[in-house]
Amino acid sequence: MTAALEVKGLNRAFGALRVARDIDLVLERGARRALIGPNGAGKTTLVNLITGVLKPSSGTVLLNGEDITATSQAERARRGLARTFQINQLFRGLTVLENLCMTIGERDGNCNNLWRPAGAKSVVIDEALDHLDSLRLTDDALKLVRELPYGRQRLVEIAIALAQKPRVLLLDEPAAGVPSSESHLILDVVAALNPEIAILIIEHDMDVVFRFAKQITVLVQGAVFTEGSPAEIMANEEVRAVYLGEEGHKVARHG
Amino acid sequence: MGVSNSKSATAGDAARARAAEYLLSRHRFRWAEALPWLVAIAAFFVFPERMTFGSQVLIAVMFALSLDLILGYAGIVTLGHAAFFGIGAYTVGLAAARLGWSEPITGLFAAAILAGLAGLISGWFLLRYRGLTLLMLTLATAIMLQETGNLRSDISGGYDGLPGLSFDPLLGRFDYDLYGHTYFIYALVVLGIIFYFVRRIVYSPFGQALTGIRENVRRMHAIGSPVHRRLVTVYTIAAAIAGVAGALFTQTNAYVTLTVFDFDNSAKVMVMLILGGTGRLYGAFVGATVYMVMEDYFSKLSPTFWQFGIGLLLVLVVLFARRGVLGLIESAGASLAKRKKP
Repeated sequence: MTAALEVKGLNRAFGALRVARDIDLVLERGARRALIGPNGAGKTTLVNLITGVLKPSSGTVLLNGEDITATSQAERARRGLARTFQINQLFRGLTVLENLCMTIGERDGNCNNLWRPAGAKSVVIDEALDHLDSLRLTDDALKLVRELPYGRQRLVEIAIALAQKPRVLLLDEPAAGVPSSESHLILDVVAALNPEIAILIIEHDMDVVFRFAKQITVLVQGAVFTEGSPAEIMANEEVRAVYLGEEGHKVARHG
Repeated sequence: MGVSNSKSATAGDAARARAAEYLLSRHRFRWAEALPWLVAIAAFFVFPERMTFGSQVLIAVMFALSLDLILGYAGIVTLGHAAFFGIGAYTVGLAAARLGWSEPITGLFAAAILAGLAGLISGWFLLRYRGLTLLMLTLATAIMLQETGNLRSDISGGYDGLPGLSFDPLLGRFDYDLYGHTYFIYALVVLGIIFYFVRRIVYSPFGQALTGIRENVRRMHAIGSPVHRRLVTVYTIAAAIAGVAGALFTQTNAYVTLTVFDFDNSAKVMVMLILGGTGRLYGAFVGATVYMVMEDYFSKLSPTFWQFGIGLLLVLVVLFARRGVLGLIESAGASLAKRKKP
């Protein structure tokens, strides 16, 4: 069976700084993989390379077996690759409902229509409300995103990605910036995601990583340091030395 | 337990219904929207001798409306919108002066097509850029067009213009009159048609996508939106509308010079829109009317210093009503509604 996402020999440098070094990574269908590593290891850079925000200097990215290395970011999204951002990237001046309806509209090609009122397709509104229901955001549907507390905004960030109906979902620190009293809400949502979606999650909270992930990839200085099951990673002395030992107990949460 | 469950289910359903209703009804016509048109018709009867000026206001509204589509909705900042106004103005001007094509309505179509084409081509190149870069490039485009006209002043008439143009009677029956009554009605009808189109676009899924680009272009790429194509599409439409406004300008004045391409003209339309409020359709109506009336009033009051009044007004708007006159009215309405509720 072809993997949902496969990264082969990915390289990228900013000047002399090599931020991605021969990265290989496979997400099987329905994968639950965590990407961990110290600050500056290149985790977000890898997400940007996979989604097409950045172009690799060499290497290939395959989505469901198709080479997407040369395609645009938007084309990859249309083929079923979605992501969330470490720092919210939302349509702040629009309502939560509009955030989702527009995403669905772009997914289905409705947004090519200049004439029909956006509200005329109740299927779209229903689907948007279903997504909001599943994240318990229905009561906020008509609020502007910028009026929501940050924790709720993080949920909208995920809701948009889900409304894309992705086959592969990259979650870049979904609970970043949320007080720990509220972060369990977001992590519950992440844990309950559709098992058919292949998910790569970047996360610093080791409790979450060990609870959620079936495989873990450790990234250090732009290269894959090691990968394995949570038990293997936990038992790996070298990982403890470079990562867990350094900041494992601090449960680092940077912005 | 069962009772409380069904209760929360109904509350959830109510919230759903409310949310759905908001989107379903958003594009429906509201009675307040008749107001600007009623004002225009009333003006026709109250100031019958000022209808030449009235036509200029309608043209300014149309020009500002076209800018609202790209600036207010799609968030494209441009200082060269006069380029398209000028192309429209010169299309009908040159057609009448050099080709003997003086039928006004087909002239409008020709202006829309040529200005739209210019929008398509320049937009395709320029809309890869944003912010200051785009600002400079759009400005440069307008200046280049102006200078091209200046270079071939044998054709364009240069800064002396194409004087004494004459156009056929409208629909073969209604001729130009001294008070500009015919052209006021003509401009009002054209504005009405264009407004209908713009309103449809704004409330369409495409229009929603434009607001998405304005709010967060990074996320638009991430959700798979063909951002460049969307921007070029709306830029082309706005250019065509600006072209129609320019064509009407030439037709109503029976005169056009290269000053239509001036930076002044690009800046003025932006000031009008900001004055009225961007991204809210009627901001163009309010802003253009207020600007034109004040310009008219101040320039009679003090022919040398009239711009001081406009400048002062703009400073006040930017300081105290960032969202324009309409935004101010909205906030006032909202705070009144809050006070009424206990």
